[in-house]
Amino acid sequence: MKRILVRKDAYYDSVFLMLASRELEAADGVNGAIVAMGTPMNLELLAELGYGVAEGGEALAGAGPGDLVVAVDCADAAAAEKAVALAIDLVTRKKGPAAQAGQAYPRAASAAGALKLLPDANLAVISVPGAYAAREARLALERGLHVMIFSDNVSLEDEIELKKLAVSKGLLLMGPDCGTAIIGGKPLCFANVVSRGPVGIVAASGTGLQEVSCLVDRAGVGVSQAIGCGGRDLKNEKVGGMTSLLAIEGLERDPETKVLLVVSKPPAPGTAAKVVAALAEGGKPAVVYFLGLKERSADADPVYHAASLEEAAALAAAFAKSGADGAARMAAAAATRVRLDAEAAQGLGEIAAREAARLGPGQQFLRGLYAGGTVADEALFIADAELGQVRSNNQTDPALVLADPRKSEGHTIVDLGDDVFTVGKPHPMIDPSQRNARILEEGKDPETAVLLLDVVLGYGSHDDPAGATLEAIAEARAAAAARGGYLPVVASVIGTGADPQGYAAQAAKLEAAGVVVMPSNRRAALFAVEIAKAAARGSTAKGGAR
Amino acid sequence: MSARPIDSLFAEGPKALNLGLEKFAAALAREGAPVAQVEWKPPAGGDVRAIAALDRIASRATVDIDAANAEAVRRILAAKPTVIGIGVAKDVVPGMHRKLVLHAGPPVAWKDMSGPMRGAVMGGLIHEGLAKTGAEAEALAASGEIEFDSCHHHDSVGPMAGVMTASMPVWIVENKAFGNRAYCTLNEGLGKVLRYGAYGDEVQERLSWMRDSLAPILAEALKMRGPIDMTTVIAQVLQMGDEGHNRNRAGTSTIIRELAPHLVMVDAPKADISKVLAFLNANDHFFLNLTMPSAKCAVDAAAGIEGSTVITTMARNGTEFGIKLSGLPGRWFTGPASVVEGLYLPGYTAADAARDIGDSVITETSGIGGFAMAAAPAIVKFVGGSPADAIDVTLRMYEITLGESEQYRIPALDFRGTPTGIDARKVVETGILPAINTGIAHREPGVGMVGAGLVKPPENVFRDAIIAFAERYAK
Repeated sequence: MKRILVRKDAYYDSVFLMLASRELEAADGVNGAIVAMGTPMNLELLAELGYGVAEGGEALAGAGPGDLVVAVDCADAAAAEKAVALAIDLVTRKKGPAAQAGQAYPRAASAAGALKLLPDANLAVISVPGAYAAREARLALERGLHVMIFSDNVSLEDEIELKKLAVSKGLLLMGPDCGTAIIGGKPLCFANVVSRGPVGIVAASGTGLQEVSCLVDRAGVGVSQAIGCGGRDLKNEKVGGMTSLLAIEGLERDPETKVLLVVSKPPAPGTAAKVVAALAEGGKPAVVYFLGLKERSADADPVYHAASLEEAAALAAAFAKSGADGAARMAAAAATRVRLDAEAAQGLGEIAAREAARLGPGQQFLRGLYAGGTVADEALFIADAELGQVRSNNQTDPALVLADPRKSEGHTIVDLGDDVFTVGKPHPMIDPSQRNARILEEGKDPETAVLLLDVVLGYGSHDDPAGATLEAIAEARAAAAARGGYLPVVASVIGTGADPQGYAAQAAKLEAAGVVVMPSNRRAALFAVEIAKAAARGSTAKGGAR
Repeated sequence: MSARPIDSLFAEGPKALNLGLEKFAAALAREGAPVAQVEWKPPAGGDVRAIAALDRIASRATVDIDAANAEAVRRILAAKPTVIGIGVAKDVVPGMHRKLVLHAGPPVAWKDMSGPMRGAVMGGLIHEGLAKTGAEAEALAASGEIEFDSCHHHDSVGPMAGVMTASMPVWIVENKAFGNRAYCTLNEGLGKVLRYGAYGDEVQERLSWMRDSLAPILAEALKMRGPIDMTTVIAQVLQMGDEGHNRNRAGTSTIIRELAPHLVMVDAPKADISKVLAFLNANDHFFLNLTMPSAKCAVDAAAGIEGSTVITTMARNGTEFGIKLSGLPGRWFTGPASVVEGLYLPGYTAADAARDIGDSVITETSGIGGFAMAAAPAIVKFVGGSPADAIDVTLRMYEITLGESEQYRIPALDFRGTPTGIDARKVVETGILPAINTGIAHREPGVGMVGAGLVKPPENVFRDAIIAFAERYAK
């Protein structure tokens, strides 16, 4: 029994509607439900799913992107009636409290109207659908506002044009697809609440920035600004690091910033040189980590090169504390690297061996399930270097790209925030249910030797990401135990004590459930690798014994 | 001190407009950063042609649109509508003749007219003695012998069906600031009336009485009283609970007060004068037919300004809703008239309702009516029930207008001026449609008013106007 309802002129953002759809699908008697805006793509999807005129879909023909469409597939007419009512209730009720919470700040129906209410605004944060984001960004730049584009699906051409416009006005255009930034100590979008301090960060976006800012915070130093530039800013030659270079220039001038930290996937070659040159010329001590480069470039004071997010954060923290001259920095860098190696090695083999000893026969593969893309990459490079043949949807080696990202093969590290998983579904940082399902799958797989997870805190993320994952972890471990095996789970928590979820509380929940919580993603990955290695040795030994 | 924008961003921290996910605004507010939430919707409802037109207008207009609009708003705000007398349509209304029937809204052919409009046309023809019965009138209307035209093409406006014929008495309102005039018939009251499409004997008798007794007596009193400055009166009634369109109780009362001392001096039988006063007293909406031509002559002064995107006409004929832009004079942009969302008189439901009809939306065009909803707590049930809802309606209108009235002020908004000068660009960009109050006619001719409420104009008229504007001014 299918039923369709179209509500004219009722706009809701897609994340909100995806969560409403999920809630609706969980209701009694509902086989399927879609609550979405009437975009051409969504209307096509509904047609493909067999929703037509018979269900009241004649209104669909006239529906536009500003109209809400509720489509339900239910056991019977009564259930359909109820489901439609529930859908309307969900969207309107949820708008209610938000609107009430909105008493704390003014609201308007347009950017121009909002600007009247906040005349000294200096930034526009844009999270509207990608098709409109570029236009809103351009309007904001023309109004003299800096812009952070959270939205993805902004074309390369638009990005280049917008960044040229921004640079010509001396304005910062963060993004597109910029998940996180910290400006003047205030977290934007998916950012952690880190203490203020002397480290200025420039990063592509996302969890790489979150990880380094949290590690800097945990090292007792703080962050002045953290600029998310968007994944293509350094990587794409045509964008040429326009935002990164402007941000570096700004941070070099910023009196609060004493140390710069640049994190990115490997930039286009010419762009990398420009970045390093800008840092060298700026003169403030700087740490660079180009994620995925096999060889670390040589340090040339004041620019130092790190080989992991953890090292990058540690070096930046060390420079913030060290003396101001090159010799002091070189000494600090050397000492930091020695310390990190020692910490990583300390007890690692022992604990890993102890965990591995409990594995059942056939358990041999590492399975990393990540919500954060950059931390997934970091884990992938570490695991690939140590174990080899690690498959992933983020693999740069085409031979090792997962044939089906929904199915692990051998050692696997999967980025669950990839588009493949997030079309029509909320990002795993917001809603852990997709990853939970995957945790259960890995638990059922007798070849899984260790689970590696990230738990991302901060604004924007799920209210209790650790808590929401515990049941799946317990069930996966029970499945392994039922087969006579054992499933070690390793995680790192990306967050701070000041985050709404609280680092300590989240870590404690995981540890209480038997999860090994490591102090950084790198350490978690190294630990998981160690278990996988031990498992391989063990299974060879056991195999030999048989 | 460096003046570079990035330096001040770093130093001051974010003061953000948040377009999209509300939780980002909530997080900033929680962290103590100033933030304003934009309740974002796809611009132009996602209509790519209209968005492209907006962008073209913004990037390569060949005229100074802002200057043109400033002039349009200046003229609307500077208007001095003044009631100078009552005349007979054929003597004063430009182009009026015996076989011409004027009607509300954009031009519409007889065959396309809605029930109430047809009834009113028939009633008008009977009133002129051109037909004796409804059937005769219908045949005559269809014969091609009768000319139909929009009131707006003759400096006139008419409520609901808005039918005006040659012998009808009309208010003459002059815009003293610009010298232009506007005309409107006298309001007939409620129940079975011509403007709702009734045309029977009761209606004919009243129309004759209005022509033969009411109008001469009022004209005489008005002559003694002298011209009435409508700006002052409207400014007063907005502070007495009227919004200038759907509630006219304060306005009608004020007009009675203005005229009463002179009415009693008119050389006519006491009984006739008493009947006039009783008629005014029984008809809350009497004042509407004064407000409408006042609004009409105010916005007319702003029509035809090269490059202006200000809306100078909105009107409905029961079949179509139409608008005109100042910078595109003579062009109507029309779309299907909508069904009014409203409250119904006992015994009637939405199934009885005719589609949106009447020129009374000229009041909103000039910045009162629905735009001044916050001034009229007595009728907030039309907009959701609470005074806060009414205030929201008016506040939203500031987002699509360019100016604020100096004269018309709203007590509940700390005497802020009413939102005036609708910019079609803003309507299209924000998707905020003008808030329009209206009465609801029965779909069948001759029944009358069945309710009142709010009407949503068809969005395409604003988009089409902007697309045409871009073609004309931003090729």
